[in-house]
Amino acid sequence: MEHMGGLYTAALRMTRNPSDAEDLVQETYLKAYRGFGGFQEGTNLKAWLYRILTNTFINSYRSKKRRPEETELDDLENLYMYKRLAGSEGATAGRSAEDEVLDHITEAEVKEAIEALPEQFRMAVLLGDVEGFSYKEIAEILDIPIGTVMSRLHRGRKSLQKRLYEYGRQRGLVPEGSPHG
Amino acid sequence: MDDHCYEAVEQLYFYLDGELTYERRVVIAMHLADCPPCGDAFDFEAELRVVIAQRCRERVPEGLRARVYEALRRLEDPSAKTE
Repeated sequence: MEHMGGLYTAALRMTRNPSDAEDLVQETYLKAYRGFGGFQEGTNLKAWLYRILTNTFINSYRSKKRRPEETELDDLENLYMYKRLAGSEGATAGRSAEDEVLDHITEAEVKEAIEALPEQFRMAVLLGDVEGFSYKEIAEILDIPIGTVMSRLHRGRKSLQKRLYEYGRQRGLVPEGSPHG
Repeated sequence: MDDHCYEAVEQLYFYLDGELTYERRVVIAMHLADCPPCGDAFDFEAELRVVIAQRCRERVPEGLRARVYEALRRLEDPSAKTE
């Protein structure tokens, strides 16, 4: 069960509820075990487990609530955070704002920022940036075209950066009214 | 920022994700080596990616592993008693 840590992390970010996340992981393993006959030698076991996890989430957990928000995200500029930080001094004298932010973003902030993403973007970011799947693998796991993977992943990331940047500002890690802000 | 910079930034994510052809990858790598502002920006993005991935890891809750083993065991042998 070497993938359990990753599966639980993804499950918790998806459900946003520890007890649902545990149930989701258990169900994933049970379905994987039952369906193992359908698993083809040579295909990617990790991707297969995540596919079961996301399908189970979509079919069982999500449907508890109303249909998920099909929110769109604005396509922000690339380097959103960097452009606002570069050249500024951080809160600690002699340190750059970039280093300050990289060192002091907290776990709670990262988790909160990911969970704040609309669902379809959150899934793409979790699979791409947290689990390290390729575009092709994400397309297979979520059963969506590769172009959609790219768009969701890139937009999701930039939105995540924007939120983390705002947290940094609120906590005084970066100067108020930095040059481009 | 010249055209090469715009081109590099445009492909930022494809580059960091390893989703470019070899030829395009080399063109951008050469630009990054020649252009410190772009190099710094790409380094920041790569580090931020690592920070995000590392700071949202969860520990598997106490008991979950055992619970899943138990459920799998029961699946194999439905008559097995729960401990």
